[in-house]
Amino acid sequence: MKLLTDLDAIRTLTQGRLDNRRISGASGESVSFRSVMVCGGTGCTSSDSNKIIAALEHEVAGRGIQTQVEIVRTGCFGLCELGPVVIVYPEGIFYSRVEIKDIPALVEQHLVNGKPYDKKIYEKTRQGDELLNFEETDFYKKQVRIALHNCGVIDPEVIDEYIASDGYRALAQVLTTMSAEQVIDTVKRSGLRGRGGGGFLTGLKWEFAARQNKPQKYVICNADEGDPGAFMDRSILEGNPHSVIEAMAIAGYAIGANQGFIYVRAEYPIAVQRFSKALDQAREYGLLGDDIFGTGFAFNIEVRLGAGAFVCGEETALIHSIEGHRGMPTPKPPFPAVEGLWGQPTIINNVETLANIGQIILNGAEWYAAIGTEKSKGTKVFALGGKVVNTGLVEVPMGITLREVIFEIGGGIPGGKKFKAVQTGGPSGGCLTEEHLDCTIDFDTLTSLGSMMGSGGMIIMDEDTCMVDVARFYLDFTRDESCGKCTPCRIGTKRLLEMLDKVTSGKGTLEDLEHMEQLSLQIKNASLCALGQTAPNPVLSTLKYFREEYLAHITDSKCPAGVCKALISYEIDAGLCRGCSLCARKCPSDAISGKMKEPYVIDKAACIKCGVCFDVCKFKAVAIV
Amino acid sequence: MEQHQPCSNSTIAEADRKLEQIKLAIDQFKQMKGALIPVLHEVQDVYGFLPEPVLQVVSAELDLPMSEIYGVASFYHFFSLTPKGEHVIHVCMGTACYIKGAQGILDRLSTELKVPVQGTTEDDKFTLEATRCLGACGLAPVLTIGEKVHGRLTPNAVPKMLKEYN
Repeated sequence: MKLLTDLDAIRTLTQGRLDNRRISGASGESVSFRSVMVCGGTGCTSSDSNKIIAALEHEVAGRGIQTQVEIVRTGCFGLCELGPVVIVYPEGIFYSRVEIKDIPALVEQHLVNGKPYDKKIYEKTRQGDELLNFEETDFYKKQVRIALHNCGVIDPEVIDEYIASDGYRALAQVLTTMSAEQVIDTVKRSGLRGRGGGGFLTGLKWEFAARQNKPQKYVICNADEGDPGAFMDRSILEGNPHSVIEAMAIAGYAIGANQGFIYVRAEYPIAVQRFSKALDQAREYGLLGDDIFGTGFAFNIEVRLGAGAFVCGEETALIHSIEGHRGMPTPKPPFPAVEGLWGQPTIINNVETLANIGQIILNGAEWYAAIGTEKSKGTKVFALGGKVVNTGLVEVPMGITLREVIFEIGGGIPGGKKFKAVQTGGPSGGCLTEEHLDCTIDFDTLTSLGSMMGSGGMIIMDEDTCMVDVARFYLDFTRDESCGKCTPCRIGTKRLLEMLDKVTSGKGTLEDLEHMEQLSLQIKNASLCALGQTAPNPVLSTLKYFREEYLAHITDSKCPAGVCKALISYEIDAGLCRGCSLCARKCPSDAISGKMKEPYVIDKAACIKCGVCFDVCKFKAVAIV
Repeated sequence: MEQHQPCSNSTIAEADRKLEQIKLAIDQFKQMKGALIPVLHEVQDVYGFLPEPVLQVVSAELDLPMSEIYGVASFYHFFSLTPKGEHVIHVCMGTACYIKGAQGILDRLSTELKVPVQGTTEDDKFTLEATRCLGACGLAPVLTIGEKVHGRLTPNAVPKMLKEYN
C-alpha cells in the first residue's frame, strides 16, 4: 500500500521527465535530452503510429543515442486530421503525417544534429523562416485543457507519470482532510454539470445518493459513448485513464460506496486495454482496494463491456445491462440515486464529467466556476468532424461561439466550399445554421435553439450536404437503436423514417411535412426515455431552418445538394469532355460509352448513380443535374 | 469417399479446447452478478459468433432459460448469431464518415463483393457490415477489415484495397 509520502517520493523522482515535455525555448544543438511524443490515440494508431514508434526505437538504438532520447506513446493530441502526430521537446517541434520512411532522416537531423526535420513540420507553425510554438497556432490557442490536461503529456500506461502530474493527490486530499459533505459541497459549488448530454448538476446527483441510508451503494462510469461522430470519452480513457479511476474513488467516498463499475464499449479495444492496465496498476499501488492511504476507505472497480446498444446511454437501461438483461429503460422515479443497480443507490457519471473532478478538488470550486458562463461552468470537449479543415478533439471554455470553434479552431471549410450547417448533440441534437454562428456554446443556448450539447459531437456540413438526407440518416440510426419498449419510439420513428424516405426519393407531398411535424411532437411527448424524447430533433430542426430544401425535394423534384440519388442524374458536358475514356473504364456498370478523343455519353438507364465518373473526371466534364 | 469422412481428430480436439475455455470462463464469471453478458462476450471472442449448442451449455451452466439468453443476444448489435466470413469489413457509418461519403464506399463494396450489407460472400471470404462510429473521425471515411483500419477512402480505392486480401 502506498501512503501519501510514497506518492510524494514518486512525484519527485518522475517530475523531471515531465518537465522535459515542455517547450523550453532552447536552441537545437545545445539540447542534451529530448522527449519524442508519439500520439497513441485511435486515430493515429489507425494510421500506423505503433510502427512509427518501433521505427523510432530501432533508429535511436542503431545510432546509440538511447540515453539522450525518450520515446513516449501518449494519448490524443487533438489534431487527428494530421495524424500520425509526433512532437519533439524541449523545442516543441510539431510534426504531422509522419511516415515510416521519414524516421531515419528525422532521427538523423533532429535527434542527432539538433536541426528540425523540415519536410514534416506542421505547416501552421511556420511563420516565414521562424517556427511558431504550436500552442500558439489557431487550433490550440483558444483551448483550455482540463479534462484533457494529461492527454499528449504523459504515457497513459505508466502510473508514475500520472502521479508526477499531481495524480491521486486529489484522492489523498479528499480521504485525509475532507468530509463527504465537503466533497459534495465543492463539486456543487464548482457548478459542474453532467457532460454525457443531460447536463444535470453533478454535485446534486451525488448529494441525492449520499442522503440514502443504505449499506450498499454503487458508482458507475458510463463509457458507452454510442454517439456517431463523438470520441471524447474514448480519448480520455486512452490518454488519461487514471483520472477516471481517481474520480470514481472520490465519488465513492462522497456518496458512501465501495464498489464501482465502468461500462465501456467493446468496440473501443485500446480504451479497454489501457483502462484495465491502469486498474491493475492502481490496485498494485493500493490506490484501489481496502484501506486506501491507510484511511480505512475501501473502493474497487470492475470493468463491464457494453455490447453495442445506443439506448444504454440512458441511466436505467445501462443499469439493466450491467445486471445482465436487455438494456431497456424503466420510468423515473425512482431515480438511480435512490434505487439503482440491484435496487441500491447508484450514481452514473460520464467519463468526461469524472475527468474534471480531480482538477476541481485540487484547484478549488471557485477556480472551476470562474471558467465558462453563468449556468454552464468549465469547459467542454468536442469532437470536430465532417467538412472542417482541422478534424479532431478540442476542449474549449463554455461560452465560446460556434464561429470561433468552427472557423478559428477548426480552420473553416475545406476546398473553398460554403458553410451550411453544424450539427451538435448527435442523433438527439439538431442542425444550426449560419445565423447561429455567433451564438455561445452552453447547455441552455443550444437547447433553446432546438439543438443540444449532447455528449459533444460537432459535425460541420457544407453546401454538398443534403439536410433532408442528414435528417434521414439520424432517423435511420434512432429507429435502429430504439429498444422497442414503447410504441411512440418503436413505431413512430419507423413511420417518420418512411416519410423521410418518401421525400428523399422524390415522392413526398406537402401533407407529409405536416404529418412529420405532428408525429415528431407526439414522439417527443409520449416516449419514456431520452432516446425517444429527442429522436425527432434532427427532423424538427432541419424542418425549421432548412424548410426550403424539403420543399425543393417535394415541389421541384430536386436535391439542391446533389445527394439524393432518385433526384439526380449524371451527364457529360460534351464541350468539356476530352474523350480520355477514364470514366468509361472506371464505370462499374458499363453505362458510359464513346470513342477516344470524342465526347463520351452516359446511358441513364444503365447508370447506378455511384458517382465514380464524377470523382475521376479530370476535366470537370461530368455534371450532376 | 473422402468427403464423407468425419471430422479429423485435430478438429475435435480444437472444438473440445474451445468448449473447455468457455466452461472455465463460466466458472470464473458464475459468482459475479449479471454474468450473462460477460459470458456471451467470451463465447463470441472464442467462436467469432454465438453458436446455439454453446449457448445451450451457457444456459445449463448459468441456470438461465434459452429464451432469456436469446433475448439478450439478439438485443445487442455486438453479438451475432450467425457465423462470419474470414474477413469482416466494418464500414463506419458515423456522422462524420457519412457526411464524407461513407454510403458510396458501402455501395461500392456491396457491388464489388456482390453481397448485401450484413451479408457474407459465397466463398465465406468477406462479411460486409455497416457499423456505428469507429471513432477515427479524422480519417473519415473509414473502415476496418479485421484489425486493420483503412482511412481517407474513395469508392475507387475499394477494388485495390480488396485485392490485398485475395
